[in-house]
Amino acid sequence: MHEASVTEALVKLALESATKEGAKKVTAINLVVGETTGYMKESLDFYFRIFSKGSILEGAALNVDYVKAKIKCPACGLLFERKRFSFDCPQCGAQGVMTSFGNEFYIDTIDIEREEA
Amino acid sequence: MSDRIAVKRAVYEENDRQAALLHEIFAAKDIFVVNILGGPGAGKTSSLKQILARIKDRPVSVIEGDITSDIDTRALKDLGIEAYQIETGGDCHLNAPMIDAIVKRMSLKPKSWLFIENIGNLVCPAEFVIGEDVKILVSSTAEGADKPYKYPLAFQKAAAVILTKEDIAPYVKFDEAYFRAGVKALNPDAPVFGVNALSGEGFDAVSAWLRNARG
Repeated sequence: MHEASVTEALVKLALESATKEGAKKVTAINLVVGETTGYMKESLDFYFRIFSKGSILEGAALNVDYVKAKIKCPACGLLFERKRFSFDCPQCGAQGVMTSFGNEFYIDTIDIEREEA
Repeated sequence: MSDRIAVKRAVYEENDRQAALLHEIFAAKDIFVVNILGGPGAGKTSSLKQILARIKDRPVSVIEGDITSDIDTRALKDLGIEAYQIETGGDCHLNAPMIDAIVKRMSLKPKSWLFIENIGNLVCPAEFVIGEDVKILVSSTAEGADKPYKYPLAFQKAAAVILTKEDIAPYVKFDEAYFRAGVKALNPDAPVFGVNALSGEGFDAVSAWLRNARG
């Protein structure tokens, strides 16, 4: 269920943007997804097929650009990706602090085909 | 020929917009809203009961979120607390439209507290704002000390952490230092309150923190 309601919101947002541009068909939705959101591409695809059915989004590719979560070391300032079960800085060993890198979840661009002029 | 169109819009945009409207409604009536998060069985309802026993200075309303059943709402009503039930029927989190719908059925009391107990889940509820002033995360020793490392977003978004079942910590070999280090990394300003939600031990500090957060 985790991805169902966000995919519904995603479809709504993409449709709104595509319609505004006079799209006849959407061929791709290019997403930016942060690691901490925990959204799986497979699940997004699954729900997307259901929610996009019969609309100009049907058959569009969902391209996901994943953003790794980043931690900042308060001691030496290093920005690093965490290892499993640890937030320690790989450079100086101090305990790092989570940043907002990795919280992203937005539609970056959509690829559309317009009506022939 | 296909064209690439810049969108740059957050998928949560519609929920966030509705949540901001709700927050305005609550703020205008001086209602302080607390969104309680935590996994199933962490002790969210038991913690809430202990908090409500200590916050008697203002009227209180509660919204209980569950996938199904109204067990918690009935238990609160038995205690004389005004409680409302949201049954999501499968959805794993509360969102702003659900709160908006139930708030329309409630008589919002000025200068009151509104506690919203979210669905038992450490994942999705962290993603959706619902008009709250603060999120409180309930995590139990029985769930293990690795929870901040496994569910970082929930801990990142919480203004305070209530650590329940402190009395059984030795029996489940809970590594409290490891737990606290994880919370500190994700959220350096969030206090961690060790409590026993059955005896009430530790909840004086929680309610003092809440009063202070309200300002």
